[in-house]
Amino acid sequence: MSATPRSSGPWLPRLVVAPSFLLSLLFIYGLMAWNGYLSFSASRILPNYDFVGLAQYEALFDNERFRVAMGNLAIFGVLFIGGAMAVGVVLAILLDQKVRGEGLLRTIYLYPMAISFIVTGTAWKWMLNPGQGLEHLMHQWGFAGFSFDWLINPEMAIYCVVIAGIWQSAGFVMALFLAALRGVDESIIKAAQVDGASLPRIYWSIILPSLRPVFFSTLLVVSHLAIKSFDLVMALTSGGPGFATDLPATFMYAHAFTRGQIGLGAASATVMLATVAAIVVPYLYSELRAKR
Amino acid sequence: MNRLTLHRLLLWAVLLIFAAWFLTPLYVMVVTSLKDAEQLRVGNLLSLPTAPTLDAWHKAWSSACTGVQCEGLQPFFWNSVITVVPAVLVSTLLGALNGYVLSKWKFPGSETLFAFMLFGVFMPMQVVLLPMSQVLGWLGIASSIWGLVFVHVLAGIPSTTLFFRNYYVGLPDELIKAAMLDGASFWQIFRRIVLPLSTPILVVTLIWQFTNIWNDFLYGVVFSGADSKPITVGLNNLANTSSSVKEYHVDMAAALIAAMPTLIVYIVAGKFFVRGLTAGAVKG
Amino acid sequence: MKPAFLTSLTRTAVAAIAVCSCAASFAGEVEVLHWWTAGGEAKAASALKDQLQAKGHSWKDFAVAGGGGDNAMTVLKSRVVSGNAPAAAQIKGPSLQEWAAEGVLANIDDVAKAENWDKLLPKVVSDVMKYKGSYIAVPVNVHRVNWLWANPEVFKKAGAKLPTNWDEFFVAAEALKKAGVIPVAHGGQNWQDFTTFESVALGLGGSDFYQKALVQLDPAALNGPTMTKVLETFRKVKSYTDKNAPGRDWNLATAMVIKGEAGMQLMGDWAKGEFIAAGKKPGKDFACVAAPGSAKAFTFNVDSFALFKLKNEANVKAQKDLAAAIMSPQFQEVFNLNKGSIPVRLNMDLAKFDDCAKLSAKDFVDTAKTGALVPSVAHGMAVPAAAAGALQDAVSQFWNDDKMSVAAAQSKIAAAAKIK
Repeated sequence: MSATPRSSGPWLPRLVVAPSFLLSLLFIYGLMAWNGYLSFSASRILPNYDFVGLAQYEALFDNERFRVAMGNLAIFGVLFIGGAMAVGVVLAILLDQKVRGEGLLRTIYLYPMAISFIVTGTAWKWMLNPGQGLEHLMHQWGFAGFSFDWLINPEMAIYCVVIAGIWQSAGFVMALFLAALRGVDESIIKAAQVDGASLPRIYWSIILPSLRPVFFSTLLVVSHLAIKSFDLVMALTSGGPGFATDLPATFMYAHAFTRGQIGLGAASATVMLATVAAIVVPYLYSELRAKR
Repeated sequence: MNRLTLHRLLLWAVLLIFAAWFLTPLYVMVVTSLKDAEQLRVGNLLSLPTAPTLDAWHKAWSSACTGVQCEGLQPFFWNSVITVVPAVLVSTLLGALNGYVLSKWKFPGSETLFAFMLFGVFMPMQVVLLPMSQVLGWLGIASSIWGLVFVHVLAGIPSTTLFFRNYYVGLPDELIKAAMLDGASFWQIFRRIVLPLSTPILVVTLIWQFTNIWNDFLYGVVFSGADSKPITVGLNNLANTSSSVKEYHVDMAAALIAAMPTLIVYIVAGKFFVRGLTAGAVKG
Repeated sequence: MKPAFLTSLTRTAVAAIAVCSCAASFAGEVEVLHWWTAGGEAKAASALKDQLQAKGHSWKDFAVAGGGGDNAMTVLKSRVVSGNAPAAAQIKGPSLQEWAAEGVLANIDDVAKAENWDKLLPKVVSDVMKYKGSYIAVPVNVHRVNWLWANPEVFKKAGAKLPTNWDEFFVAAEALKKAGVIPVAHGGQNWQDFTTFESVALGLGGSDFYQKALVQLDPAALNGPTMTKVLETFRKVKSYTDKNAPGRDWNLATAMVIKGEAGMQLMGDWAKGEFIAAGKKPGKDFACVAAPGSAKAFTFNVDSFALFKLKNEANVKAQKDLAAAIMSPQFQEVFNLNKGSIPVRLNMDLAKFDDCAKLSAKDFVDTAKTGALVPSVAHGMAVPAAAAGALQDAVSQFWNDDKMSVAAAQSKIAAAAKIK
């Protein structure tokens, strides 16, 4: 339901939002378009505007490192978003049980959000390093056979990035869901309990489904964080070992800026954006539609 | 009764295990920052300092090298403050206005515009760098603190608009209608009715923006000038030395100094953050 | 660093004064982009700042650490695109030509002629500093990459001999392994993997092979039997490194040798800075020998500053003074003493330098004459950044993946070499 503009006329609201809307849309879509144009150009060390058709895209899909990066995006994306959501929801439900010291626990789960990805990456890099971190500690404690070398193992390194990422973001999911859970109507729960339903059943069948809008917003925010994880990867593994933990964002950064292949980098950015759009846009559409 | 106690025990066990996992990196960072080089070599990750000292903290703040200068993080800290404050205030204000219009003064196409803007949240930052530099160059604010503030404001508008819009949607329309019947204008309704009711969401947005902008590295290193580099750039220069012995204790102290403002905000205002979220930031 | 608004106030005042003056004799300002943020490197950069300030100019420091220059390059590109390039930036090798081709670098032939650079630099180096015959950059130092650093005490205890070729290398490695030390200290990062790789290639194949395969990227050489042997030897080296190598920084690997946990490290002469900083004496506490098989060759890595076109007259003057200062004997001496490299300026008095540096300088001049002075691919001296990056990707992949066959690696490397 929207209020009908009256004495201020229909133009004032539009005027008010126009500058920031226009700027944002220009900023977002203008830059995407510019990037798209670059992906069709022969740009190398600096942007240039010679058109070369699909040459950059051909080179891109031929590039083994890019294929690894896209694969990593899928693994990391699914695990990080799924993991952060799952851990966050579980923590929220647990904290909703009228626990003493809830405030303290909540702060403990939430504080990692305050820290920049660079700091997180550096700290975790040290902790997961076999020679100095967890493995070394276990050896010192006497567990000589313990080995945790995921960080240096090309197959497993990406999971280290997932762990550090979930650590950083689960608290935020928890905060959002806790807030939402607190807003749920007590009477519905009581009615279900009178009917004899167990607590887990109540959560699963009644409460969680009613939180769909929160789920939507949280998923948006966590996905946004997943894409921003460029900082985390750079600090934790620098894309290594080799390029086993490369993501399209780090691929683009390395090629556009260090290797003087701006055209190729732009192509990779476009592919990344297209992938994200393919998943996000239908979701956005369905959710915003549903709200009408 | 027994079953209930068992459940409670399980509940507490899980919560505490998670708490330990969350706290360990912080513990490691604090403990390391209190050691000196000797204790670093001898001890291990979790060992407590045998002789805690604040030397690493002093060095990180005032004498560590971040380039040719060796003045520690202090100058960068103030640059961050000068950048963050205007950027947070402006982006929050714009978000509030946009949210107000999108929820209470809808016009044809407003929902579509909003959806388009939301998508901007997914754009990775690296894509923006070169074209934005060009634009800032044309505007004459490249490599300056104003260019950096401008970029942060632009990048923040989609998120802040999202927060405020979702919150204001939860405010009853009757309030607005009643005020209009009383003859109140667009601005008066905003100032006298909507804003006073916005405290929870203001807190959420301010905290969110403050954290994101304070912790940002990429825009900070690319768009700032030589005199306006934020603290993340200083931290990166300090910790990423490619030669000489790595001074982990100084690195950790520096990381903690850089994280201090946002940590304090979360510890102190965390309660209000959750309260603000409860009040409907994301009920949407 | 003063808060931004104070500085902009000062800058406005300076600009106002500059506008009112007619003669361009006012002090200028140079903004220098680099990533020398700590230790000996930072001290060395300070020396340059001091010299410049003595001439009355001011130095605006623009340090961006991280990724061996990745972050710095990003910032540099953005600055150039926004029309606001710094006065000088740390760029080296073929990248200089690429930047010059974009038309953004300044011509400093006047400084070069006045200071006689053509006589003071070997042709191999001065060619890299020129674009279409004019100087657009100034070199700072010469690093030798094909060094082997060893801990003599560890060698003595293990009864091993310092190797002069690759067969002897593996004999020594076996002895070290039996004695319970890590034979080779290695840091698993792309450029470190390739540094080792190019030393193997140079030592096994000689400088002619190196030039053909890794600099000219000749497909026949890349697909040939010598390269196969190089890859097999390279893989054998890996078996003598420890499993914690991936991701390790180079200076931590050097620390392993210093502490006696490892026997040797294949690294450029900046490793010497670590030994010196730890109070070790060359010859006594650590040994420097050419990488096995490459005593008569010299892989060079020359750091340099590219000079960008500037608009402000006073700054242009300051920029030229910067270029002259970099090539001056005083700076060359102070800088290289601190950084572990040798002066790029020929015929300098090297009394203050240690024996490793003197050996380096002698070999530099000798190999320039014989043609065995080759550019380092690992350090961006030989091949444009795109191909160099792709080569490094391929070689590091081979190093990290024990299951990859030598033949597969060889074809990947050949494919990488084709990247423009």
